[in-house]
Amino acid sequence: MDLNQKRTRTVDRVDSVDPDLVSPESTPMCPFPDEVLEPVLSLINSHKDRSSVSLVCKDWYNAERWSRRHVFIGNCYSVSPEIVVGRFPKIRSVTLKGKPRFSDFNLVPEDWGADVYPWLSVLAKAYPFLEELRLKRMAVSDESLEFLAMNFPEFKALSLLSCDGFSTDGLKAIATHCRNLAELDIQENGIDDLGGDWLSCFPETLTTLQVLNFASLNSEVSFSDLEKLVTRCKSLRVLKVNRTINLDQLQKLLLRAPQLTELGTGTFTQDLVTRPVADLEATFGSCKNLLTISGLWDTNSLYLPVIYPACASLTFLNLSCAALRSFELAMLLIHCKSLRRLWVLDTVGDMGLEAVGSWCPLLEELRVFPADPFEQENVAGVTESGFVAVSRGCPKLHYVLYFCHQMTNAAVATVVQNCPGFTHFRLCIMNLGQPDYVTNEPMDEAFGAVVRTCPNLQRLAVSGLLTDLTFEYIGKYAKNLEILSVAFAGSSDLGLKYVLGGCPRLRKLEIRDCPFGNAALLSGLTKYESMRSLWMSACNLTMNGCRVLAKEMPRLNVEVMKDEDSEDSQAHKVYIYRTVAGPRRDAPPFVLTL
Amino acid sequence: MSVPLEHDYIGLSDASSLERSTESSNINVFTLKATELSLGLPGFGKSYEENAKFGPVVKNYMSGAKRGFSDVNFNGSGPSGKWALNGGSEADLCKGVNDVKPVEEEKKGPVKAQVVGWPPIRSFRKNTMATNLPKNGDVAEANLGSGECLYVKVSMDGAPYLRKIDLKSYRNYAELSKALEKMFSCFTLVGQCSSNGIKGRDGLNESKLKDLLHGSECVLTYEDKDGDWMLVGDVPWEMFIDSCKRLRITKGSEAIGLAPRSMAKCKNRN
Repeated sequence: MDLNQKRTRTVDRVDSVDPDLVSPESTPMCPFPDEVLEPVLSLINSHKDRSSVSLVCKDWYNAERWSRRHVFIGNCYSVSPEIVVGRFPKIRSVTLKGKPRFSDFNLVPEDWGADVYPWLSVLAKAYPFLEELRLKRMAVSDESLEFLAMNFPEFKALSLLSCDGFSTDGLKAIATHCRNLAELDIQENGIDDLGGDWLSCFPETLTTLQVLNFASLNSEVSFSDLEKLVTRCKSLRVLKVNRTINLDQLQKLLLRAPQLTELGTGTFTQDLVTRPVADLEATFGSCKNLLTISGLWDTNSLYLPVIYPACASLTFLNLSCAALRSFELAMLLIHCKSLRRLWVLDTVGDMGLEAVGSWCPLLEELRVFPADPFEQENVAGVTESGFVAVSRGCPKLHYVLYFCHQMTNAAVATVVQNCPGFTHFRLCIMNLGQPDYVTNEPMDEAFGAVVRTCPNLQRLAVSGLLTDLTFEYIGKYAKNLEILSVAFAGSSDLGLKYVLGGCPRLRKLEIRDCPFGNAALLSGLTKYESMRSLWMSACNLTMNGCRVLAKEMPRLNVEVMKDEDSEDSQAHKVYIYRTVAGPRRDAPPFVLTL
Repeated sequence: MSVPLEHDYIGLSDASSLERSTESSNINVFTLKATELSLGLPGFGKSYEENAKFGPVVKNYMSGAKRGFSDVNFNGSGPSGKWALNGGSEADLCKGVNDVKPVEEEKKGPVKAQVVGWPPIRSFRKNTMATNLPKNGDVAEANLGSGECLYVKVSMDGAPYLRKIDLKSYRNYAELSKALEKMFSCFTLVGQCSSNGIKGRDGLNESKLKDLLHGSECVLTYEDKDGDWMLVGDVPWEMFIDSCKRLRITKGSEAIGLAPRSMAKCKNRN
């Protein structure tokens, strides 16, 4: 019973499940023969459901493991490749995540690990027919990419997000050797861009491409090769080009691929007008299937309107590379009545956000990024009033990522009252330790309102001036919280204790620069095995405290990253995670496993 | 000494060490007065007097920062008139990498240090946005680059060995100067560089340059593509990194020989 070939978003997860914990023989309880069970189970795709299935009884455990096609590993060090291939014999698709999330912000030193190569060499033997590999925050070398290209003849889909260590030479290997490639998705990586000739390595015989995303690469590619590729790949549905592709070229591509559902444009302006804007507009009008538009670099009032004809059916508009002003956004949004997800820069200002509230009643997700994150004075950007304006007009809003310089408790309370369905609430007040700028009080009540009012809250990021009270609220009310990010907050150990004592569903906790010490760390002793990981950096932990934890909880890896500056007794950066693979064998010298 | 992980930041690499130097673990209850909050960074709290509290602590980090540009004002003909580059005085904390601010503004804004990894923006996004900004007519900053490096040798007269720096990791002359200052902490850089060449081009007049050269101890020069030794700061930053092959920190007296050339250049432009 084969997997559905469609690319699914939910994937399975390897639990650190101890087979001994599974209920023993239960044949009398389980009347279904494998031939019935396996096809039924193969329809289950959610990894959480599959984990539950595997715990029912031994028969179900076995049936599940034979029918699993996707494996999702949220922490590459929580399990070894050998254990994975031992349990799941028929995997076609692997998703692997490596470094802690704070590595995105340079808090994790280079050479920390998460090298994909050891995985690849094991996977090559066990799953020679592997089709898909999705990596996030892994260290990927050109050698690994070459190995991948040469050892998996059926390989179809490669997605690299926030990875580093490779260059465009690795992409050349993929393009050259993967004869059945359907997806090449290169996003936001630390890639060494040596040139655009990798694109020309796709053979003329390759017609299977469905997804091509090279928006984050900088080098120019051969346009004629790109055009030929797009022309012959009739199933291409996602095309995201880089900034070097100009408007003329984009038009040509669109004419070749009117079936696109997701488009990432190149630079969206031109100095010399070679083709009237009306032409471009007509081309966009002919793309009836577009659901997503991104890119739009350098765009302005003259050229942005060419996308209007395609806007009515758009569900996702990513303007985070386009520094639009409020009226430009407003004019655009009038046409975007179906919009569900919107990413913008804060150049649009509060007025732009008012337009969002006015024109996008179906909006579910909003991300506002700062155009100038390191400018601390004379900044415009968005404020609490923009936030409130969106919440008023968009009652279905459930995902927000909001960067601002000022906020008030009252505004946040109003927002969550308007939108009680929040599942992801990530508020980043960029000025450290910023209180409510009207009342000068801490922002405790804001986050208290969030956790009290939003029962479905899964992910929370807090900021601003916060005392232990915030954490008391979180621990008490955030029953469904799974991911919590904390920075520069709290007053004492109590803060962390509250969270560890509450939040029954907590999976990932990342903390930096907070006054939480050993007592707080140890108060969560039994909780860490039910979590994926805990990161604490620049807090008040000591080596002794971490040693105690490591001793009490042998199934956790307690890793301390040593810093040249800090004293020997301080535990400067601590990364704790559950694992069935034991201590890392590839840890660099600055990582100590206690 | 630990190097900030991200070249963009020159400043406190780790706020928590700062914490530890103050009374950290004894703070139990936070009072609404907020004045007691000793967490981490300056810029916390509401009034500027509190920032001064952190002064002596931050001194640990500022010990390497000598006079540098600090008290040198020079007349830039940029839109805001008088500019000053700060960084030396201890009560003023390191303002972060874009250090050029008008003198008037310096007095009113709270001084904030930059912290590694804050705000939590991915590098990819930072680079994208940096290339967007000049379009909006803000102060032109050099593109943070696509990941290429531009290593040049830096020599200093009398120093026993050379250093190498990656020019692409700085966005303007101020950042470069700060970094060199740190590296060769026994010299004082003359404030002949402006934050971007646009201002410098018009700003350096004859007498000012002479003053600077006479009054300084060391001068920063570079060898350009033609093999000529030039005074750093004359041309826009982007042009500078394109043409700079190596850097040299010379004694002021030796650099006098360069002065006529720079004067001539200034004259030609004016």
